Amino acid sequence: MPYIQYLQIPELNRRLLKVWLRNKDVFMKNVKLNFLPPFLEPILYLLAMGFGLGTFVDNIDGVSYAQFIAPALIAVSIMYASFFECTYGSYVRMYYQKTFDAIVATPLIIDDVIAGELFWGATRSTINALVMTPVILIFGLIDFKYAILIIPFAFLGGLLFACIGMCFTAITPNIMALNYPALLFITPMFLFSGTFFPLDVLPETLQYFALAFLPLTHIVRVIRTLAYGSLEPFIIVDVLWILIASVIFFILSMNLMKKRLII
Amino acid sequence: MVPINLIIKADNLVKRYNNLTAVDNISFYVKEGEMFGFLGPNGAGKTTTMKMIQCVSPKTSGKLEVFGMDVSTHQREIKKYMGVVPQENNLDPDFTVYENLRNYSRYFDISMEEAEKRIEELLNFVQLIDKKNSTTEYLSGGMKRRLVLARALLNNPRLIVLDEPTVGLDPQARHLIWEKLRALKKKGVTIVLTTHYLDEAEKLCDRLVVMDYGKIIVEGEPSQIIKDHIGTGVVEVDNYPELVECLQKSDSIYEVMGDIIVIYTNDPVHITNQLSMECSLDKMTTRKATLEDVFLKLTGRKLRD
Ligand SMILES: Nc1ncnc2c1ncn2[C@@H]1O[C@H](COP(=O)(O)OP(=O)(O)OP(=O)(O)O)[C@@H](O)[C@H]1O
Ligand SMILES: [Mg+2]
Repeated sequence: MPYIQYLQIPELNRRLLKVWLRNKDVFMKNVKLNFLPPFLEPILYLLAMGFGLGTFVDNIDGVSYAQFIAPALIAVSIMYASFFECTYGSYVRMYYQKTFDAIVATPLIIDDVIAGELFWGATRSTINALVMTPVILIFGLIDFKYAILIIPFAFLGGLLFACIGMCFTAITPNIMALNYPALLFITPMFLFSGTFFPLDVLPETLQYFALAFLPLTHIVRVIRTLAYGSLEPFIIVDVLWILIASVIFFILSMNLMKKRLII
Repeated sequence: MVPINLIIKADNLVKRYNNLTAVDNISFYVKEGEMFGFLGPNGAGKTTTMKMIQCVSPKTSGKLEVFGMDVSTHQREIKKYMGVVPQENNLDPDFTVYENLRNYSRYFDISMEEAEKRIEELLNFVQLIDKKNSTTEYLSGGMKRRLVLARALLNNPRLIVLDEPTVGLDPQARHLIWEKLRALKKKGVTIVLTTHYLDEAEKLCDRLVVMDYGKIIVEGEPSQIIKDHIGTGVVEVDNYPELVECLQKSDSIYEVMGDIIVIYTNDPVHITNQLSMECSLDKMTTRKATLEDVFLKLTGRKLRD
């Protein structure tokens, strides 16, 4: 079967860390600039939407509108960070900078490169969560109790979007075509995943659709629960969904990239 | 007798991209300490062969061993002892000269202190120490090429594979690269290179192959190849129809190349005498036969794309 080739278990070697380190070194060269967006964005959003728009909104499930969207802002940032790192960022490194070609001339192989890129993408998400969570804590919009759990969870959520992004990178004919998944997949998800209004105002079929196919829905649900200071048992289902999807897309993205690059 | 200390050994090597056969059943070997060249027109399959040796492009069929190990099963081990200068520079534009090397040495598990030492040495070796902290984007073409060479030497390779190392360089930069390659050869490093500069191949290579349409059409030492295919000398004369007639009567080996006729010979004096007497010709140029003559004779004058 031709499809089986996309489900081969990839090799995970500790050398992938060297690719991760390469990206980290580049990130650290502009560390101030890189830390600015996750620091500034939640403040701007909370001022405009939480406290501006929010004055026209009644409480949602007993919390203020600002409190409702604050966890969603973290979730969205997790999605953006790794998705864009592993689409536009990886594509530029692969195609324009030939960074991957340079790396595979050493004892590293393409599996190490792609895995390193994916874990780096997840790390970008974690960094964003690490910067944003304290900022939002200072606004008093997150309960302190489980807030720390948001950080490791950001890595998992980030990994999922890194892997999904890498699948698009593997099949895109050029960099412009990456605008399609950004526009048709990421933007609707940004709006319809229980981010800025509760899912249950949507028609029931749409709710099921969101839960089944929009990964951000699950990330928002987990972070919102943690931010409210409760550990609802239902988040096990969400975490499991994310875990399984991550494994599937990890394997898929590795195989798709190998198919593209090993010629 | 084929010696045993072979660094590369290829048997009936084939590489196909979909329907296109880029490397068509070639066999060759490279001995330890040798400088070995791949020549051939554009699209002959040189880069494809280099990539298979570098273990980054899987072969379609045949056998290919580097350091006695199979390229399809021992990629990491082989690459550990190999240095690569690719046809297209792929320096990291996000890093400075120093950072490029520092980062690259990590891929080879070279310790921090050891890397510092080697980077300093190598930057001196390729005369880029003054550019240590420059961004690679702002280096000239020759500097970039030298930096790529330095990068290929970080792991003290036993084998260096260079795909057109001197492409686009001025004579000074080319001579510098040659000098560095000879220095490496003296240290016992095996060197495999491709080039379109035939004088370069003639000067540097102990042995070489000429490829065309994916096949090896000649193999041997440069001087021997010239002797076998051309002779020692070449006489060039302007192309006139009467002259062609005259040449046909004599039994000289010649080729019409546009507005000149090239006559291959082992005895230029005899030919020039013959031409001036029998064909009443007085404008002639006599010169030594070169690899370029062999190349053009064997691969023709038609442009490849
Ligand atoms: N990735 C690829 N996919 C399909 N065909 C390819 C690919 N790479 C090379 N080819 C084809 O294989 C043939 C050999 O190419 P190769 O790059 O090995 O030639 P070359 O001898 O290095 O040429 P040049 O002197 O121009 O560098 C060419 O016909 C080329 O078009
Ligand atoms: Mg080439």
